[in-house]
Amino acid sequence: MNAVLETRGLVKRFGGITATDDVSFMLQRGARHALIGPNGAGKTTLVNLLTGVLAPTSGAVMLKGEDITRLPRAARVRRGLTRTFQISQLCASMTVLEMIAMVIAERLGRGADALRALDSDSRLIEGVAEIVTQFRLVDILDERIDRLAYGKRRQIEIAAAFATRPEVLLLDEPAAGVPEAERRELLDSIAALPADVSVLLIEHDMDIVFRFATRITVLVNGRVLAEGDPPAIAADSRVREAYLGEAAHG
Amino acid sequence: MLNDRIRARLAASRRWHPAEFVLWGLALAAVFLLPRQLLILNEIAILALFAISLDLILGYAGLVSLGHAAFLGVGAYAAGLLAIHVTADPLAGLAFGTLAAALAGLVTCPLVLKGNDLTRLMVTLGISMLLLELANSFGSITGGADGLQGITMAPLLGLFEFDLMGRTAYLYSLAVLFLLFLLARRIVHSPFGLSLRAIRDNPLRAAAAGVPATRRLTAVYTLAAAYAGAAGALLAQTTQFVSLDVLAFHRSADLMLVLIIGGAGYLYGGIIGALAFKILQDAIATVTPQYWQFWIGLLLVLFVLGGREILHGGVMALVRRGAALFSRRRKAP
Repeated sequence: MNAVLETRGLVKRFGGITATDDVSFMLQRGARHALIGPNGAGKTTLVNLLTGVLAPTSGAVMLKGEDITRLPRAARVRRGLTRTFQISQLCASMTVLEMIAMVIAERLGRGADALRALDSDSRLIEGVAEIVTQFRLVDILDERIDRLAYGKRRQIEIAAAFATRPEVLLLDEPAAGVPEAERRELLDSIAALPADVSVLLIEHDMDIVFRFATRITVLVNGRVLAEGDPPAIAADSRVREAYLGEAAHG
Repeated sequence: MLNDRIRARLAASRRWHPAEFVLWGLALAAVFLLPRQLLILNEIAILALFAISLDLILGYAGLVSLGHAAFLGVGAYAAGLLAIHVTADPLAGLAFGTLAAALAGLVTCPLVLKGNDLTRLMVTLGISMLLLELANSFGSITGGADGLQGITMAPLLGLFEFDLMGRTAYLYSLAVLFLLFLLARRIVHSPFGLSLRAIRDNPLRAAAAGVPATRRLTAVYTLAAAYAGAAGALLAQTTQFVSLDVLAFHRSADLMLVLIIGGAGYLYGGIIGALAFKILQDAIATVTPQYWQFWIGLLLVLFVLGGREILHGGVMALVRRGAALFSRRRKAP
């Protein structure tokens, strides 16, 4: 198998509620995979289980064949599993430059270095330059993040995830709340990801899903209802009933 | 080129501001300018070092503490006991006090890192109370309520006797403050310092960037404890006395006040705050010896309710006005 990220019989219960119900799922290397489902289907819980925010009640999470079920969040990131947040999680008091530098320093394994000056590290500077160029942040390097407009903050959220050089990237509703004009730019940068990066897109917007994904998993009530390529999912009557139909009415 | 621009920007944040040279120059010049005030200046330098210690965890890493005196106390007792029982050499005592406090920080850190701000306030407060009671009950070692007496220090570096005017004491404390300040300045501008700010600003983002928060916080907490221990050692050595008071709650509370007055998260807040606090305390105590705590309390309330911004704004406006006046005068023929 060439699965880079895999869950085996994953279950998460909150008291009497089963938010994730026996989910076994595989993300193939280089995949452009979308995870969809109506509100309350357990998408966010699943992301939290994958990234280590929550510990599962039972089951396992495997990354590149290694059991990471019990690993803390930061350790998963260092193994190549990165996420973005539905609501941007940024470092408000930093400038754009500082925040990207922080992420790059961590990727280069310099984060514990307490005596080196940031500007004396050529690899760090190259890494920062690469990201700020790719995400067109060059003009706002010195802006404090809490003074930026919403769309820009969204872009920095994605840039910070890219800056970790992920092998597996979980995008949690990346375009949520981004104005139409800036949306295309954002989606372009996602489409421009290297082919060997495996992407799991958690998304509400069917337009984005069908444009981006080559494979779709449908989650309903914490269970995998269906999985297949976009035409198969679009044609699946159960999916339409549970999700697309609802969307069409709503 | 972009790389050069990034390098320049990153370098700019750690470049020395002219005002910094002035501040340290004045601190040194005080030896000659204020020869009668050296004892209180010594206290200010020690309080400043203690405040920088709190700033490292509070201002940079976002860890609150109401019991930072615990480490001041450990440093003071360790240095005092070493002087009495082993060696009277000041630098050996300084190193010993610093290491003892660092160890205390490392050991108590897991308790502090658990939970949220409120539990942290309570745990740190609890640890300092515990140490106070321990110091009180082991009177045969610590001198208990009578304090640790009989500390006599050998000359600093074998050359400089500690004098009654506090000249050696002040220069010694100032030198330690300056060196540890330089180290702190370097640390906060390093990748490590940046990762601390990330943890403080947004733990979710820090984790998503791969920052191992517990390890980083343990490191900075231990470092801050070491700084507080150094301050405690200086206090024990320059006053040649350690009382239970070093572990008392008001030490930790005053320290918070110092940092609130001076501002957290830029290192100089501890120095400016210590200076302002001691001068205020001295001035108020002269005017109303019985009620100085009332005025300090009132100031605390005003500061916390946003007065600091107003005050800082006022000071900055004065500086600007002064600078404008100065430049106008220079332009005038």
